[in-house]
Amino acid sequence: MHIMEGFLPHPWWEIWFAVSLPVVALGVYKINRMIKERRETLPLLAVAGAFVFVLSSLKLPSVTGSCSHPTGTGMGAIIFGPWITSVLAVIVLVYQAVFLAHGGLTTLGANAFSMGIAGPAVGYLIYRAAAKSGLHIYLAVFLAATLADWATYLVTSIQLALAFPAASGGVLASFKAFAAVFAVTQVPLAIVEGVVTALMFKYIVQLRSDVLLRMKVLSSDAIKRLKEAAA
Amino acid sequence: MKMQNIKLEIIALGVIILFIAAFAAVSSQEGHEWSGADSQAEDVISDLTGGSYQPWYSSIYQPPSGEIESLLFALQAAIGSLIIGYFLGYYRGRAGLQMQEKRDPVKRAPERAAEEGEGKTDA
Repeated sequence: MHIMEGFLPHPWWEIWFAVSLPVVALGVYKINRMIKERRETLPLLAVAGAFVFVLSSLKLPSVTGSCSHPTGTGMGAIIFGPWITSVLAVIVLVYQAVFLAHGGLTTLGANAFSMGIAGPAVGYLIYRAAAKSGLHIYLAVFLAATLADWATYLVTSIQLALAFPAASGGVLASFKAFAAVFAVTQVPLAIVEGVVTALMFKYIVQLRSDVLLRMKVLSSDAIKRLKEAAA
Repeated sequence: MKMQNIKLEIIALGVIILFIAAFAAVSSQEGHEWSGADSQAEDVISDLTGGSYQPWYSSIYQPPSGEIESLLFALQAAIGSLIIGYFLGYYRGRAGLQMQEKRDPVKRAPERAAEEGEGKTDA
């Protein structure tokens, strides 16, 4: 989903910076407030950030014969919400843009939007809706993380299509061309990411369910049920 | 009950095996480059613009070789794994200790009192 350095023309790179900057700024503010009020959440925040670090470094082969990478943002989105997760994503994107020539500083706004904002927002909303509907919690986590990953790549396709509309067929035709590269390739990767995130979530439930309760990720009833099932 | 315990782990293992099997199946056919989807998007851009688009800015630093690039990617994964392992291990150890105290409160109580006493003199 990384749009490479210099590959977004004016005015698109500025537009995506303008969209992403306020969200990330609010995310920084929310992190500061959370650390001040609930210091005990800090290690879990570090784990969620580290999860993004690990998953986004793995370039995995897919059924289309090309490689892509998961995003790892679903976990942060479920526990801390999309605002805070956008900051975690930006840290990783800056690391990759500066040291790896992967993504870029001029395209940071667009990449932060797809990976740090749109994907996590989708994941967060799906988790909340699925958990409310009474779906098994780990299934809700799986769906949220899988679709957060997939949505990230669809948004990248939209961003590229808007910037490079096809001569015939316009934005829609070029969306199809970009989605052909990203969407199918990403399906198996998104599923693996969903399963791994669900597994990670299980361990966090076992070890720090108190934080999940305080962040209103799980009700005390749900925690009790999950712990009984694991006992 | 034991199986119930690790149901999710078994599912995860199954999915990963399927993923590897899919890779093996696709690999057995010829003609796949296994290139990155991100760089394929660059090809789509050059198709759409008839090759006229030139990136207007280039990366401030380019890893000098594929080896260095994979080193930096591995470093990224290592930093992340280290943090996850450290905290989950710490919490697991702590949870184990708490369980032990619950099971055997008499034996642990004097030690605990001693620790608390020490804490007080420090403060």
